[in-house]
Amino acid sequence: MDLSLHPHWAVWCIVVPLLASGLAVLVPRWGKTVGVVGALLTLLAVGGATLHLLAHGPQRIEIGGWGAPLGIQLQLTGPALMMLWMTALVSVPITLYACDYFVTRSQQLRFWPLWLLLWATMNMLYLSADLFNLYITLELISLVAVVLVALAGPKAIRAAIRYLLMNLLGSLCFLLAVALMYGAYGMLDIKMLAEQVEATPLTGLALALMSIGLLLKSALFPLHIWLPPAHAGAPAPVSAVLSALVVKASFYLMLLLWLTLYSSLVTHGLTTLIGVLGIGAILWGSVQALRAARLKQLVAYSTVAQLGYIGLAITLIDVAAWQPVLTFMIAHACAKGAMFLAAGNFQRAAGHDRMALISTALRALPVSVFAFALAGVSLIGLPPSGGFLAKWLLLSAALDSGRWLIALALVGSGLLTALYIFRVLERAMRPGANLQPVGRVSPLMEWSAFGLGLLAILLGFAGVGITQIVAEWPV
Amino acid sequence: MTFGGVLLLLILLSSLVPGVLIFFVAEQRRRLRTVLNMSGAVIKLLLVVVLLEGVREGLFFQLSFNVLPGLAFVLHADALSILFIALSAVLWLVTTIYAIGYLENSPNRSRFFGFFSLCVFTTTGIALAGNLFTFLIFYELLTLATYPLVVHRGTAPSLRAGRQYLIYTLGGGVALLIGVVGLNLLAGSQPFTPGGYLGVLAGQHDTELKILFVLMILGFGVKSALVPLHGWLPQAMVAPAPVSALLHAVAVVKAGAFGIVRLVQDVFGTGLLIYLDLLLVVLLLASVTIVYGSLRALMQTDIKRRLAFSTVSQVSYITLGVTLAGPIGFIGGLAHLVHQGLMKITLFFCAGNFAETLGVHRIDQLNGIGRRMPWTMAAFTVGALGMIGLPPMAGFISKWYLAQGALEVGQQWVIGVLILSSLLNMMYFLPVLYRAWFKPPMEQWPQERLKTRWETHLSLLLPPLFTALLALLAGLLAGMSTSPLAWAELITLRNYAL
Repeated sequence: MDLSLHPHWAVWCIVVPLLASGLAVLVPRWGKTVGVVGALLTLLAVGGATLHLLAHGPQRIEIGGWGAPLGIQLQLTGPALMMLWMTALVSVPITLYACDYFVTRSQQLRFWPLWLLLWATMNMLYLSADLFNLYITLELISLVAVVLVALAGPKAIRAAIRYLLMNLLGSLCFLLAVALMYGAYGMLDIKMLAEQVEATPLTGLALALMSIGLLLKSALFPLHIWLPPAHAGAPAPVSAVLSALVVKASFYLMLLLWLTLYSSLVTHGLTTLIGVLGIGAILWGSVQALRAARLKQLVAYSTVAQLGYIGLAITLIDVAAWQPVLTFMIAHACAKGAMFLAAGNFQRAAGHDRMALISTALRALPVSVFAFALAGVSLIGLPPSGGFLAKWLLLSAALDSGRWLIALALVGSGLLTALYIFRVLERAMRPGANLQPVGRVSPLMEWSAFGLGLLAILLGFAGVGITQIVAEWPV
Repeated sequence: MTFGGVLLLLILLSSLVPGVLIFFVAEQRRRLRTVLNMSGAVIKLLLVVVLLEGVREGLFFQLSFNVLPGLAFVLHADALSILFIALSAVLWLVTTIYAIGYLENSPNRSRFFGFFSLCVFTTTGIALAGNLFTFLIFYELLTLATYPLVVHRGTAPSLRAGRQYLIYTLGGGVALLIGVVGLNLLAGSQPFTPGGYLGVLAGQHDTELKILFVLMILGFGVKSALVPLHGWLPQAMVAPAPVSALLHAVAVVKAGAFGIVRLVQDVFGTGLLIYLDLLLVVLLLASVTIVYGSLRALMQTDIKRRLAFSTVSQVSYITLGVTLAGPIGFIGGLAHLVHQGLMKITLFFCAGNFAETLGVHRIDQLNGIGRRMPWTMAAFTVGALGMIGLPPMAGFISKWYLAQGALEVGQQWVIGVLILSSLLNMMYFLPVLYRAWFKPPMEQWPQERLKTRWETHLSLLLPPLFTALLALLAGLLAGMSTSPLAWAELITLRNYAL
């Protein structure tokens, strides 16, 4: 049987985690099993979708047989597939990690259905082909993510509420823009809209609203204030999901809309503005990471800085389009996921994550330190790693188009990253007393973090594959 | 994959695999760790011998695959690779033996030897890198593999030194990265070619080429400790002695110097660099470094710091030889790559022995040490006299060729630099020898360990004796076909197509 012939792999990418989520609600006892099996089957579905794309090219699927403009459509393109891969590669280790991380019954009960639902929604976003559907998924992602943050207990409620409010504001902006577009053109399908869009002031307003909404959700400086408390306060696997995956979804969407719907309206000035914000994010995020008193805060501020890097990459979309940004997002997702999982291990072992006292926990968990170090190598952009590949692509694009300042910002941010990464790693080298463990860190927790870190490194060898898929089947 | 490709891969794996395995060895399982260490080192040496014979026969070994479309990861072995890889294979074996003795009973040995092997893995990768992109990968990996060794003790001074080391080397790495990306845009990802591959661009992109060359020299200059980028090296002396030995003789500073050789000879080509007016700048920089390093060495009272500044000075002989841009100077520079390695590792082994056995760290504590530790001091003497360049030591051969090379290209003033440097070498080494051999010993050594049958632990004593012997033979038997000098001549013959 030729697996690539099966027409609905892309649909399975959404349906499998959705079904698993439902099952986890119905039979809470099976939470872990359902989670792990669901994760592996979703990975399988993404593999199938890849075979389909390689064999037959991009695909549009009409759900229920209703075509645009009335029915719901899904589309599978090269970039969408890369995002599916990113989500699956990061989600599988996080799922394994979560098996041992959540110890209380009530946490387990809530985590598994929510997490699988979040995964299904993210995949849905990447495959959606019309604006309204995108709005729905965007909103769902935020709501589920907020509840997941609140799993950390009463101390995370403030962060969760701030997260909720900021994201609702972002959704609102997006919804307004969708309404404007529908009012002006009477349709929501991206592909059809892209052929109709004219550079009117109304469309410009829609672009502005949409971009602000998405940047709010992507936490680009200075709209990032909700991120550090939420990402640092959530339970470790949730932090990993939020930092590695959730913020990327809105960034991806923005890029998609800019490159398709609004390609005629996106000016040099606009991308430059994003680039400036990006540099702001890198500086601010790095400085805060250098000053952070807690490890998870450090990692969260690192996300703020790294999202700025995506902002820098956006200034190059006219010459480099999808490939470097996608490579960067995938590399960052693996690295940041590994980092939060490792940080969770240290926190679990020591009972806290204060930088001043973390070195005993670091010494006690060498595998997690290696996970953190591998992830750090990719974040800094040292070879061989996914982060290096992305930096190479961006630097090539910047130098080729003569943008020296961007090139300098790209490499400079790597050095800033090194400063705060080694701020953690050098604490692992200090001699001192042995740890009296407060909580148990299982080998599975250590090795799933390590696996994710290793993935960030191995991505450095996947450049040809990514290029092929993205370049051959762009949106 | 061809046989040659497999061989290159095996050579890399022979240090990578033991390195990774050692991380998992429990701290107290000393024998297992030693077996892993030694088998890796011996297997690697044997494989390198096979490779050496192949290259001598004129065979060309290569392995390559694409990392991005149009961007290849290339391993290859040419005569120049062999020079560096043979040095690292021999000295790794010796240093491993030394380190096993040195670190006996100290904590975190598995971590140490794991990174130690990774460090050699990356050095090997640098030697075998077939283009700039591949070189860059291993060059940056080297920074990562050496950092944990530099800060191994974890004390506040070593962490501080580690931070400084990172700032220097990662900063240099950034300059190098921009250079490599830039050249890749200008000329594509081309393999290292004797005589350079950028010559065709002369007259079209002169400004870009100049900027990129300067950036890359900065990148290599940090690791090869070109003044004023040398600040990290004396600081890194807080590392354990085997690390200092490895850093100074093969790994870090040599990687930088080797990079300069590749850049000047196999990427830009001396012709293009003369056309761009850049060679003289680097030559001047190397000369300044040679004199400055010696002057600073003279002012140090700590043995290891004196040796460190001596390294700053001596490594630049390699750069000097390459930038003289004539075949004879090139021979001298290449031969010095090996000679300096042998002599400096001997000196650092000896310094480590003094510190470990008697607690002697400062030069004024060395009085009469020749009577207490005659063998170690004899090895030290060989190394020191070699550095000064006394005939028929290895260092003399290097300096002789460098001086001839300077005459050949009409840069007579370089001879003045060489003489001045030799004088300074004498001034900072001869008093040490005098103290050690002729002054009466102190009543009590600062911190003497229990007396053993030999003057110190055998695995600490044999390595410096062996490397001193090699350094001596490299000079005495320089005329033989297996000497480093003969190999440098072979490389030069092939590069200059004489």
